[in-house]
Amino acid sequence: MAGSDVLAFIERILPDLLRGAVITVELASMGLFLGLVLGLPTAFLRAYGKGLPKYIATLYVEAIRGTPLVVQLFIIHYGLPDLGLTFPRFVSAWLALGINSGAYQAEYFRGGIEAISAGQMAAAQALGMSRLQAIRHIILPQAFRLALPAWTNEAIYMVKYTSIAFMIAVPELLARGKMIISWYFRPTETLLAVAAIYLVILWVVARLMRLVENRFKIPGIGFETDQRA
Amino acid sequence: MSTLSPEPVKPLLDGSLKNENEKKREIVRVSGLKKSFGSLEVLKGIDLSVREGEVVVIVGPSGTGKSTLLRCINLLTEPDAGHVWVDGAEITARGADVNKIRAKTGMVFQEFNLFNHLTALNNVAIGLKVVKKIPEEEARRRAMEELERVGLSSKASSYPAELSGGQKQRVAIARALAMDPRVMLFDEPTSALDPELIGEVLEVMKKLASEGMTMLVVSHEMGFAKEVADRIVFMEGGLIVEEGPPDVMFSAPKKARTKEFLGKIGAIHGGTVVA
Ligand SMILES: Nc1ncnc2c1ncn2[C@@H]1O[C@H](COP(=O)(O)OP(=O)(O)OP(=O)(O)O)[C@@H](O)[C@H]1O
Ligand SMILES: [Mg+2]
Repeated sequence: MAGSDVLAFIERILPDLLRGAVITVELASMGLFLGLVLGLPTAFLRAYGKGLPKYIATLYVEAIRGTPLVVQLFIIHYGLPDLGLTFPRFVSAWLALGINSGAYQAEYFRGGIEAISAGQMAAAQALGMSRLQAIRHIILPQAFRLALPAWTNEAIYMVKYTSIAFMIAVPELLARGKMIISWYFRPTETLLAVAAIYLVILWVVARLMRLVENRFKIPGIGFETDQRA
Repeated sequence: MSTLSPEPVKPLLDGSLKNENEKKREIVRVSGLKKSFGSLEVLKGIDLSVREGEVVVIVGPSGTGKSTLLRCINLLTEPDAGHVWVDGAEITARGADVNKIRAKTGMVFQEFNLFNHLTALNNVAIGLKVVKKIPEEEARRRAMEELERVGLSSKASSYPAELSGGQKQRVAIARALAMDPRVMLFDEPTSALDPELIGEVLEVMKKLASEGMTMLVVSHEMGFAKEVADRIVFMEGGLIVEEGPPDVMFSAPKKARTKEFLGKIGAIHGGTVVA
């Protein structure tokens, strides 16, 4: 196979793959966002809550972490319609990824919260802050910084996990690759192109997170920044 | 400092206003305070009264409940029984606005507990902004004044991790002062400090005392106690064993146990006596 032939082939399939990549990036960023929205309150309920809300938060985290992501995806896409809840493919994938990520993000944030000494809450309350004000102004900003390295890993995993959406035929990057393979029967070049695009996305994500970490860096609130490219 | 009668200050209610000091407002009043942790009874009925401008130093063996007593006064720890009044408002009353009453007490902790994510200036300003709802500009201006008061305006933009222990504790004092408290509670403010840094913190505390701040200080710095305290309270086993002015407590305590403890502690934590 001549090199120019390979290049021409890749040029031909690239627009299709890039359209898939856009969906991959959308899924990943929306999934991370949903995970954040679910994960933060879950973390605070587990760390500071009591009674039923805390129990529900714990149940959520344990149930999600104790089952495979694909099973969660299938329950949402093929199981929930039995209960009258039917979602478009993209929405099912988004919900599965977001709900899954929320459980993991909750644990990262909880780790951050628990690494903060009880004296911080005491000092805030001694100033006259309510518990909620103390959480908002004192605990959250520190927990967020402490959780950032783990959150960066979560962002990177999220990009890779979006590929399971191909199992319910969401036309993301991997699904496009699969389609292209069935049209042209050239799996090696196609999959290498798919992998290369994932690599570029992940590289960009890592750079972005590095910027975020530098932006929020504060002396004494340690997180390692230089382990990732 | 003012001269106090050797007797513990009588409650306001009994009407015997014998001398000038007893006419002063009662800022903190604790009555029948009890606290247990599980089966461990830490406070067994504490009665204490602190009047405006008074400096009271609490001493006692480790595990005696000194920190617990301070924490009950601003309700960081909830007592099992008894009452606490701060500046006339009962913080232990049902339905009391705890956050509001707390803002009347400033607390300084052994481990500083500065907010790690905020600069020195913002550590001092945050209470003004969040609790007192003072606008940003004004809060920063007032925070700067408080930092000047403890001699740290040059460190305004430093984070806690960039400060020495003594500087951290001075920022912590400024943070508490910014809320304009009626009483300052100090829980062993110098015992986490290297010896050479203790002096700068004690200096700030002495200055505060001379400005008339009401202070309740748990400390074994006997030099400070002799020089600044109006009254020394000796606690042991969850009870107040004896209290009185420093000269009486050091030279002629009524209880043998007081004499023994203060003798021992003076030998370790002595200091120049300027009383
Ligand atoms: N939150 C808590 N839960 C359980 N036990 C506690 C708690 N806080 C304090 N205690 C216990 O209560 C007792 C009194 O503690 P406290 O800290 O008030 O003593 P202290 O006089 O300040 O001692 P030290 O000089 O060592 O600071 C100790 O035995 C301590 O272990
Ligand atoms: Mg203590």
